[in-house]
Amino acid sequence: MSAFLIGEAMTGGYGGADILHSCTIAVEKGEIAVIVGPNGAGKSTAMKAVFGMLKLREGTVRLAGEDITSLSPQARVAKGMGFVPQTSNIFPSMTVEENLEMGAFIRTDDFSTTMEQVYELFPILRDKRRQAAGELSGGQRQQVAVGRALMTQPSVLMLDEPTAGVSPIVMDELFDRIIEIARTGISILMVEQNARQALEIADKGYVLVQGANRYTDTGQALLADPDVRKSFLGG
Amino acid sequence: MSLTARDLGLFAVMGVVLAMVAMFQSPQLAITILNMSLISAIMALGVNMQWGYAGLFNVGIMGFTAVGGLAVVLIAQPPVPEAWAAGGLGIMLGLMLGVATILASVIVYKRMAPGRLRGFAIFGVLVVGYLLTSQVFGPAKLAVQAVNPASEGYLGGANLPVILSWPVGAVFAAGVAWLIGKISLGLRSDYLAIATLGISEIVIAVLKHERWLARGVNNVTGIDRPVTRPVDLQPLPWVQDLAETLGWSVSQTASVISGLGYSGLFLIVLGILIWLAERALNSPWGRMMRAIRDNEVSARAMGKDVTRRHLMIFVLGSAVCGLAGAMMVSMDGQITPGSYEPLRFTFLIWVMVIVGGSGNNWGAVLGAFVIWFLWVQVEPAGRWFMDMATSGMAETSELRRHLLDSAAYMRLLTMGLALLLMLRFAPRGLIPER
Amino acid sequence: MEPLNALVSVANFMLVPALAYGSQLALGALGITLIYSILRFAHFAHGDTMALGTAAVIGGTWFLQAQGIGIQPLPTALLALPFGILVMIGYLLTVDRMVYRYYRRVKAKPMIFVMASLGVMFVTNGITRLFMGVGETRFEDGGRFLFTVREFREWTGLAEGLALRSAQALTIITALVVMMVLFWFLNRTRAGKSMRAYSDNEDLALLSGINPERVVMITWIITAILLVLAGTLYGLDKGFRPFNYFQLLLPMFAAAILGGLGSPIGAIVGAYVVAFAEMGITYAWRRVFTYLMPEGLEPTSMMQLLPVDYKFAVTFAILVIVLLFRPTGIFKGKVL
Repeated sequence: MSAFLIGEAMTGGYGGADILHSCTIAVEKGEIAVIVGPNGAGKSTAMKAVFGMLKLREGTVRLAGEDITSLSPQARVAKGMGFVPQTSNIFPSMTVEENLEMGAFIRTDDFSTTMEQVYELFPILRDKRRQAAGELSGGQRQQVAVGRALMTQPSVLMLDEPTAGVSPIVMDELFDRIIEIARTGISILMVEQNARQALEIADKGYVLVQGANRYTDTGQALLADPDVRKSFLGG
Repeated sequence: MSLTARDLGLFAVMGVVLAMVAMFQSPQLAITILNMSLISAIMALGVNMQWGYAGLFNVGIMGFTAVGGLAVVLIAQPPVPEAWAAGGLGIMLGLMLGVATILASVIVYKRMAPGRLRGFAIFGVLVVGYLLTSQVFGPAKLAVQAVNPASEGYLGGANLPVILSWPVGAVFAAGVAWLIGKISLGLRSDYLAIATLGISEIVIAVLKHERWLARGVNNVTGIDRPVTRPVDLQPLPWVQDLAETLGWSVSQTASVISGLGYSGLFLIVLGILIWLAERALNSPWGRMMRAIRDNEVSARAMGKDVTRRHLMIFVLGSAVCGLAGAMMVSMDGQITPGSYEPLRFTFLIWVMVIVGGSGNNWGAVLGAFVIWFLWVQVEPAGRWFMDMATSGMAETSELRRHLLDSAAYMRLLTMGLALLLMLRFAPRGLIPER
Repeated sequence: MEPLNALVSVANFMLVPALAYGSQLALGALGITLIYSILRFAHFAHGDTMALGTAAVIGGTWFLQAQGIGIQPLPTALLALPFGILVMIGYLLTVDRMVYRYYRRVKAKPMIFVMASLGVMFVTNGITRLFMGVGETRFEDGGRFLFTVREFREWTGLAEGLALRSAQALTIITALVVMMVLFWFLNRTRAGKSMRAYSDNEDLALLSGINPERVVMITWIITAILLVLAGTLYGLDKGFRPFNYFQLLLPMFAAAILGGLGSPIGAIVGAYVVAFAEMGITYAWRRVFTYLMPEGLEPTSMMQLLPVDYKFAVTFAILVIVLLFRPTGIFKGKVL
């Protein structure tokens, strides 16, 4: 396989027993890949493994052909990976603009155009840029979090359940934005609880069960697969 | 009681060291060190209950020991009838008014709906209460302090047997601890530390400045002692005989005997406390306490009322400190509020607990012996060291004199280093928890 | 009724001293709050570290005085400040390297950090006393007063006088300047923002490429500057005694908690509240009321709410009230 970003045959866990069992996740340039599955299937763990927050016993992670398995998460950020954690993903007492600035902390060049692009993408953030991020609504905070991760101009953006705890309307809007981001050539890898909606926008879907790949196909194909529908999408 | 051969060995080494002090320095010094070590051991035991069992950080040990010491005066000293006549009633009434004021404001707080009106009401209650209290209390206090100020000027005590003051001291300290615990437990852990730091400063301030209570900085001396004083022992024939057989002076013999009497008493208390503490630690209750310490969140999730358990252990540990404080005052036969220093009475005890082994009662006891021994001996050793180091300098050298003078502070440095090194390289202490 | 005289009297005996004291506390409490928000523990060695820093400045002052260097009418100690600051930066960074860094690496509980800071407190205390002894050292030189009571009376013709000691004026001005610079640093510079980010969300700060060791280093450097300034100004104002610095710990903590631990602005506000409460409650108001009340109704008592010896009780009472009613402090600090 020669996907842009690939975690291949990943096996590992947090210290004790393995959570992932030879699990493979990949995403192509400018595409959206979604990891779905039941609770405790190791969805977030798989994503964290790709990002280096989990030590792998076996398997490799490659970005644009380069083996990055041994790099720390910080080093992966420098290599062009952006990560949006599920919770506490903003600096609550800092303003929206400062949040974005902190996102660009490792950049030494002028990042004002990137900030402009983030404001284009999320216009509400421009209006609220002097407000403390902690005072914003849940959906707006998610936008800040995504915006912060975009500030490094990543080639891959990883989102851990970006729509957890937001209303359906906000969720649709967030998904729209994510499609927009993907269109600019950024690969998206995302873990989602709302499997149906997520698979609808996915180029590629991974259904994980107990830390292993169960089904892998395009989003549309998975949605159409009666087995997947029955077991994971509630009929 | 689970002591390994290694632990016993450590205690034996400590015993040998003390015996050597008796032989090469003086038996009195050895006894003094022993007795103070025993008292410190009890304090360390109290702190170990709080820290070792429950992870509570008490920085006010000084305050609890001082409150315990106050009990000795209030129990053992004879009352001063003139002072009682002059203002006893006023002082009692004043104290009651003070308490009533606080109670009244608490009632207002609980009964009234939150809002600005309640704030004003509480403020009003406090102001009126304060004015009333000070009107009654102020003159009475001055009257009491004016009674024979050179030797009395205070209300005196209850003239009861001095030994009774030990449990009373524990109760006093427990009372203070309950108040503090009620306020600051259940919040973040360092709030308790800061609150206890504060209360201990206040206890000392009260002791120093409320002269009607225990004569303040004028000290109460000549308090009745639980053991016969050396002066009274000296004329006894058997003491004189013993002195002759040992080849010591009579006064030396008498003070050693008197000192040993204290050692006996202290040992009994320490023994009982350790027995109780060990039993408690190994009971279901003790296991629960340690479970809470190790994982407060899950203990809470299991429905344990962590804050109440903490309050309980905090009060118990502080009571033990108060007991030790009372014992110390009754050994000295005097209370000297000016001598209560946080470094000596709070932080040194902490060094004992950490060095000894937090969570282990025997560890706390051993730590107390080791650290108190060092505390006493490092100063002369430091002086000797400085003397050697500066022997090349002229006798009149300013630097040499300064260095010799400052040798006393070497022990602070040594204690700090001991604490840091233990914490870093042997955080489980000399006798680890098991 | 002479309200003007009353006002001058209050200003002379309470407002000016409280303002100076509050400024000193504020500088100290800022350090406590910064350490708290970055390293996440209550720094018990703060008072004693302050004493050591002041001792270094006093040493520098003596050296300069011996060389005959001075900046009359300002105290020579100001010239020795950079030296003291450098010494303390070195000291604090060394301590951090040898003591705290290890506990950061093993992710020790906050209480272990506090315990370690007790050990540091002991050592620092010992070093300070080795150099300075326990007695009081005065190192204020230069013009002692900007204007004296007598001069003030001559200018205004009032019965009451107002004096402004240069140490007090210096304290207030320095504190203001330092606070402004600190806020500029925290809100406007990259390093300052990275500190705030780290304090807000440690994991996300790591993800953003902020180097925690660098943030910790900057924190200690700022703390050193604040400590030395606070200690020196306090010493110029009230004389240097190591034990007094230890005792400042309580009001400094009270100020930081009152304002909300982790909130710099809170630390400043808290410090002034503590200072004014301490001074106000232990101040004998008799003189003021003598001017304010109509003739014949002058107060006979001292009108002092509490004796000066109980100023810690005031601090403590504030602390208790905060803990009971608003443990997060005025500005909603962290309750981790």
